[in-house]
Parts: sequence; C-alpha cells; structure tokens
Amino acid sequence: MLNKIKSVLFSLMLVELLKGMALTGRYFFARKITVQYPEERTPMSPRFRGLHALRRYPNGEERCIACKLCEAVCPAMAITIESEQREDNTRRTTRYDIDLTKCIFCGMCEESCPVDSIVETRVFDYHGEKRGDLLYTKVMLLEVGDKYEEQIAADRAADAKYR
Amino acid sequence: MMDFFAQLFGSYWPEVSLTAWTLIKIVAIVAPLMGAIAYLTLAERKVIGFMQVRIGPNRVGYFGLLQPIADGLKLFTKEIIIPSASNKFLFLLGPVLAIAPAFAAWAVVPFDLNMVLADIDAALLYILAMTSVGVYGVIIAGWASNSKYAFLGSMRSAAQIVSYEIAMGFALVGVLMAAGSLNLGKIVLAQEGGFWQWYWLPLLPLFVVYFISAVAETNRAPFDVAEGESEIVAGFHVEYSGMAFAVFFLAEYANIILVCMLAALMFLGGWLSPVPFLPDSFLWLLAKVAFLIFLFLWFRATFPRYRYDQIMRLGWKVFIPITLVWIIVIGAMMQTPWAHLFH
Repeated sequence: MLNKIKSVLFSLMLVELLKGMALTGRYFFARKITVQYPEERTPMSPRFRGLHALRRYPNGEERCIACKLCEAVCPAMAITIESEQREDNTRRTTRYDIDLTKCIFCGMCEESCPVDSIVETRVFDYHGEKRGDLLYTKVMLLEVGDKYEEQIAADRAADAKYR
Repeated sequence: MMDFFAQLFGSYWPEVSLTAWTLIKIVAIVAPLMGAIAYLTLAERKVIGFMQVRIGPNRVGYFGLLQPIADGLKLFTKEIIIPSASNKFLFLLGPVLAIAPAFAAWAVVPFDLNMVLADIDAALLYILAMTSVGVYGVIIAGWASNSKYAFLGSMRSAAQIVSYEIAMGFALVGVLMAAGSLNLGKIVLAQEGGFWQWYWLPLLPLFVVYFISAVAETNRAPFDVAEGESEIVAGFHVEYSGMAFAVFFLAEYANIILVCMLAALMFLGGWLSPVPFLPDSFLWLLAKVAFLIFLFLWFRATFPRYRYDQIMRLGWKVFIPITLVWIIVIGAMMQTPWAHLFH
C-alpha cells in the first residue's frame, strides 16, 4: 500500500520524465561527433572493399591470366570473363566485366585471385548516371587500377603479413 | 500625408483609417509570426540534432540559416497532388481550416500592456473556441483524403484533441478563477509582483496539466499518434504534397507558438519582469515563449511516443481528476487567508 502511494506520487511528480530530460539535456552540450563528409572523412582500413580494379605488373603487362577463379567464386555472379590464347601463347582475357549493380562487395574475387590481379580499392564514392554506367568493362577496370596503383600496392603491402 | 488621405475619403475617413490601421497591425503580427514559424522548423532540427550529438542542418547559409527558405522554395514549387478518390473541395478546405484558427487566435494575444489587436473581455473563451476549430482541419483533411491511413490519423487526432481540450479547459478555469477575468491582459496584470507571484506556483498542477495537454493538443511528440509515421505513415496529411502539406506544417508550428504564448501569459506572468529592479517589457514575454518552445523540442528529443490507449487513459483518468481537484482547492483557498497568493 505504502509502495503504491509512493509510486503514484513519483509518477505525479514526473520524476522519470525529468530524469530522461536531464539525460538529453546533458547531451545537448556534449561534443558533436558528426563527420562532415565531403570535407572530413572517417579513417579507413587497408582491407576496405570498394570499387574494383585490375592491376598490372611494373613492366606494364596485365596480371590477369584468365583462370576464371573469380568468376567461379563470385556469389552474385557479377563477373563475366572470356579468354583466348595470345600470340605469345599466354592466356589472356578478351572480356572482363563486373556488373557493380550485382556485386555485393564480399571480396571473394580478390581472395581467390592467384596473381593479385582483381582487387578492391578504397574508392567508394563513384556513381553512374544512366543504366549501364555501373557495368565496368576490362578497360575501365584497368584504368582504375592504373590510377590507384600506388595506393593499392601500399594497402597490399600493409596487409601482407596477415595473409 | 494624413491630410491628403483624409480629404480623399471625406466623411468615410474614420472608418477607412480604422480599417487601415487594423490591417497594418494584423500584418505586424502575422509577418513576424510567419518568420518565427519558419525558423522554428530550423530550431527544431538544430535542437534535436544537438541532443542526438549531431550538428543539424548547416549547409544552406551559415549554421543552416537559409534552410527554412530553401525548404519553403522546394515545397512551393512542388505539385499539389489531389487524389482522384478524394473530395476536392474538402481536401483543399482542410489545410485552410487548420491554419486559419491558428492565426486568428493571435488577435486577442496581448504583447505588452497596450499592445493588443483586439482587447476583448472574453479573450480566453475566444482562444478556446479558435483552437477547437483547428481540429476540424485535421478531421476534414483525413476524411476528404479517402485513405485508410489519413482516416485513422484524423480519428486518433479528433479523439485526442477532444479529450485533452477538457483538461486544458479546466486548467484555464483555474486561471480565470484566480485572476477573476477572462481578459488575457487582466490575467497578466493579476500576476504582478515578481517571479513568485506568477500563477505557475499556486497553480502548479494546472500549469503542468495545461502544458502537457498543450503538447497533446498540438499533436506533438510524445502525443503524435495522429501522425505516427511508424504506424500510419503520416496520418491525416499522408495524401498532401507541396504547399498543401506546407500549410499543415505551418499550422502545427503556429499552434506550438500559440499555446506557448498562452502558457507564458497565463502562468508565467506575460510581459512582467521576474525581478522588481528590471522593467517589464515585451522582451520578457519573448524569452518566456522561447523557453517554453524549447521545452517542446526537448520533449520531442526525449520521449518515445505514447501508446494510443495510454494517451486516452492519461487524459481522462489522470488529468481531468487532477484539474477538478485543484479547482476545488483553489476555490477553498480563496476563502482562506492564503487568497492573496492569487492577487
């Protein structure tokens, strides 16, 4: 009975509501943690899985040997590869497409690659303006690789001892 | 200048000048009010953002100061979609009925001793009537939309507003008993004598009930079941877009400012200064209203939405008994030596 009266009094005095307001009132003055995106960016791991790239060896030869392991392992079936024998008798791709609208960025293509050719870069803020813009072809992927090779190589080196 | 106009209108001059003056006064009230409403939307986003450890809008202009203008422009240029199954006349009447009373009520609000558009004796009754008419906008909007969600939202809103109007009315009965007048200016003057003489202290339960009912009346969190975006999308204005939606939005914020203004006038001494050595001023009223509006935003950032049946329980089983008891207590106290608390 006494407890009941006490709890009624407590709720009439809005004790719990005032406690809640005290909490939000404290946070009103707390330091704000907003990251103002285009100017500020959050730190990023070297293992970040963003936009794909095809890499080359330092002598300019493309790494990919068309083993099609990435195509086989891709759970979203986003990769399409066609290959042929080049004049120097090595096997190379004639087509290497990644449909980024299908890709789930799991990173399995990267893990399966025996020659570290297909990799995922730190680039995540890209876009397409019409349908088909996000179907990346071999040329586009090689371009991405050429553009970010320095960063890609540094990230692989940083992560090498854990692989 | 004046002479020229007096000659122009001849014997009609007294009527014409009175009308012109009244129109100027109306503009002088409504124009700053519109500005206040626009910037209240920004203040709300900023305050709630701060309480959620964010910084809120800050891209359009310094500190996001142009954000309300950008929002307004966007809503202005958008298409008003009228659902084919709706009743077009009522559909468009809804927003008008929502916003007109919210503005009309300001006619009797005194800003300072003599700064009032219409100094009528039944001001409190007029305001109660005007705020009650506002609910028709919501009901008609929900009904005319011919949509389940809008209908549910307006039903909830109607029941909620009708319930809380009673508690609110009783809270005001306490005020008018204490002040002995329905005129808002006289109610403020009855509270003269500094912070401890204002009605918030002797009428504390009524003040709390009034303020919480005011939150419910304006359909604000935690009583925002009429919108209930997680349950019924946007409630009564789910079918509205563009300016028609903006008008509902404006009405909601106009109502917030209005109920805060009333609370400041009736419980916090209006334009009276809290301490004897500072002069009474319109600025005190602004400060009090700003504080009360901040409380509205604070509530929204703090409390989760009430369940619908709990809202009904709170209104009928808690607030109405409390106000009734306190009205009797006031009546009894006025027959005792403590009666000076009220005058």
